[in-house]
Amino acid sequence: MTDGTYNYAYLDEQTKRMIRRAILKAVAVPGYQVPFGGREMPLPYGWGTGGIQVTAAIIGRDDTLKVIDQGADDTTNAVSIRRFFAKVAEVATTTRTEEATVIQTRHRVPETPLSEGQILVFQVPIPEPLRMLEPRETETRTLHALSEYGVMQVSLYESIARHGRISKGYNYPVMVNGRYIMSPSPIPKFDNPKLDRSPALQLYGAGREKRIYAVPPYTPVKSLDFDDHPFEIETWEQCCELCGSKESFLDEMIVDDDGKRLFVCSDTDYCERRRTLPEAAE
Amino acid sequence: MYVAVKGGETAIAHSLDLLADKRRGDRDVAELSLEQIDQQLGLAVDRVMTEGSCYDRSLAALAIKQARGDLIEAIFLLRAYRTTLPRFGDSLPLDTSAMVAERRISSTFKDVPGGQVLGPTYDYTHRLLDFSLATEGDRPAAPTAPADTNRTLPRVGDILEREGMLEPPPLDEASEDLTRQPLTLPASRPVRLQNLARGDEGFLLALGYSTQRGYGNNHPFVGEIRYGQVPVSFVPEELGFAIEIAEIDVTECDMVNQFAGSHDVPPQFTRGYGLAFGHSERKAMAMALVDRALRAEELSESATSPAQDEEFVLAHSDNVEASGFVQHLKLPHYVDFQSELVVVRALRAEVEARRQQAALDQAAE
Repeated sequence: MTDGTYNYAYLDEQTKRMIRRAILKAVAVPGYQVPFGGREMPLPYGWGTGGIQVTAAIIGRDDTLKVIDQGADDTTNAVSIRRFFAKVAEVATTTRTEEATVIQTRHRVPETPLSEGQILVFQVPIPEPLRMLEPRETETRTLHALSEYGVMQVSLYESIARHGRISKGYNYPVMVNGRYIMSPSPIPKFDNPKLDRSPALQLYGAGREKRIYAVPPYTPVKSLDFDDHPFEIETWEQCCELCGSKESFLDEMIVDDDGKRLFVCSDTDYCERRRTLPEAAE
Repeated sequence: MYVAVKGGETAIAHSLDLLADKRRGDRDVAELSLEQIDQQLGLAVDRVMTEGSCYDRSLAALAIKQARGDLIEAIFLLRAYRTTLPRFGDSLPLDTSAMVAERRISSTFKDVPGGQVLGPTYDYTHRLLDFSLATEGDRPAAPTAPADTNRTLPRVGDILEREGMLEPPPLDEASEDLTRQPLTLPASRPVRLQNLARGDEGFLLALGYSTQRGYGNNHPFVGEIRYGQVPVSFVPEELGFAIEIAEIDVTECDMVNQFAGSHDVPPQFTRGYGLAFGHSERKAMAMALVDRALRAEELSESATSPAQDEEFVLAHSDNVEASGFVQHLKLPHYVDFQSELVVVRALRAEVEARRQQAALDQAAE
């Protein structure tokens, strides 16, 4: 928007500076939730306001932005956020993972491995990994400060006692750099291993809860588990109906009234590349 | 099949067009003007300004029009605009004793200096649908006396306070701006009041009501409610003295509550405070009840009820946050759901395997 109504990338420069300071602190203390003066954005809370503020604070005209929701570039929320930045930041957009310098995501990490210099911005609904075990912020901050994480271990143990396994499919808690337990945002646990020692910078923004946290490149990120119940990811008997991938996270679709199922890649860019470039499929 | 999730961009564009069409409604019906909303739906404008934290009647009216009367949506629109505005500085605290009151009542005294002024209120109406309003017509103007702008209306609380019966108002405390800084807990009273002023009227109403029904009762009396116009003053740095920059309508509620006293303080009455833009008595009263309930710890009362729980109240009072997060469930969640499907299927398969094994074991015996 160059008509002078709004500043470049929507936020005023003071606000961007404040957010960048929070990001720097977050990078310096991996996994620690930094409070920041989250602003009201023109998109609703819960729809990515944290991620949008982080992206707005770091994006420049030379960047190429990719936005995904559920792994797809063409879901409504991804379309809406991509349109927003194309408009207010005049930024080039792409659907290709390897072309993007900034990738804003909700609920997925791309299948294509990220590289140095890329930034992955997560939209986070509830930044506090202990929230469902202890609803009080005043308590959880103390628990983090003291690395008092017994409550989380007990909850995972209870899950094993009750179900014979850790019955957590997404938002699976991780330990960052051996210090802070962190919510990886509601990505499927399938994506957790991609966070570990990733060459890309991971920034997590929670707008409603006004928290930013980060995982710098090559930082160890360990999914919590027990020696006799090691962490494991989802697997499918099927492969992608479109590209035949056996390695990617699959979405299940109901295709007729009898409930017939179809499995396809959740990562639309990955799937499309495999179909158009045969060498990519090998 | 896969087409179902494709073509998002065009579908969104069409959705926006449909919304705009729906907003206008039947083209044979005259379009609403902002003046009409301001003048004839004034209480809606007041609520949007209060919870939108922005005193601008025409912007609030525009938001209401754009939101098709959905006030929480209108509050959101106004806030998203407000957040882009530059800040010049803080105004001086309002002096509500200098209010030109259109309404002013106290329920703690039969008469008070300045008198009980009923003003425009639904309080004394019978809630009978007035069918004469169903058609347009000339409405006679109400007789009014000229406002006495020279006299100040002493606050009932101040009179009680002189006697030592009521705690003094808190000292001027510089407050953080909640729209610029994140909420930190425990919060100071100014921050709490800021949060409550922006808080959802319905939420505060229910919490205030709960204190009256025994969940954190604090025996409230309406010391005073006043509604009217107050000047807003500001000290520009380059001038160094205060100038009046606006006059705004506000509703103020000073709630007087029992307090048993503590080690150091003899029994006296305490205050709960509510302030809202425009004419919003329900909001101001509910805010005052909740403000007082949240002072439980400060007054060494046991805090056992939801309305006394600072973290619970302050974290959930904001309707723009609440509305967004509740409604974000409409966004696609199929990846997380797929993870859950995988987990639940595995759990069910294990249960089934155990059952079959048990059946085999039994047959073998």
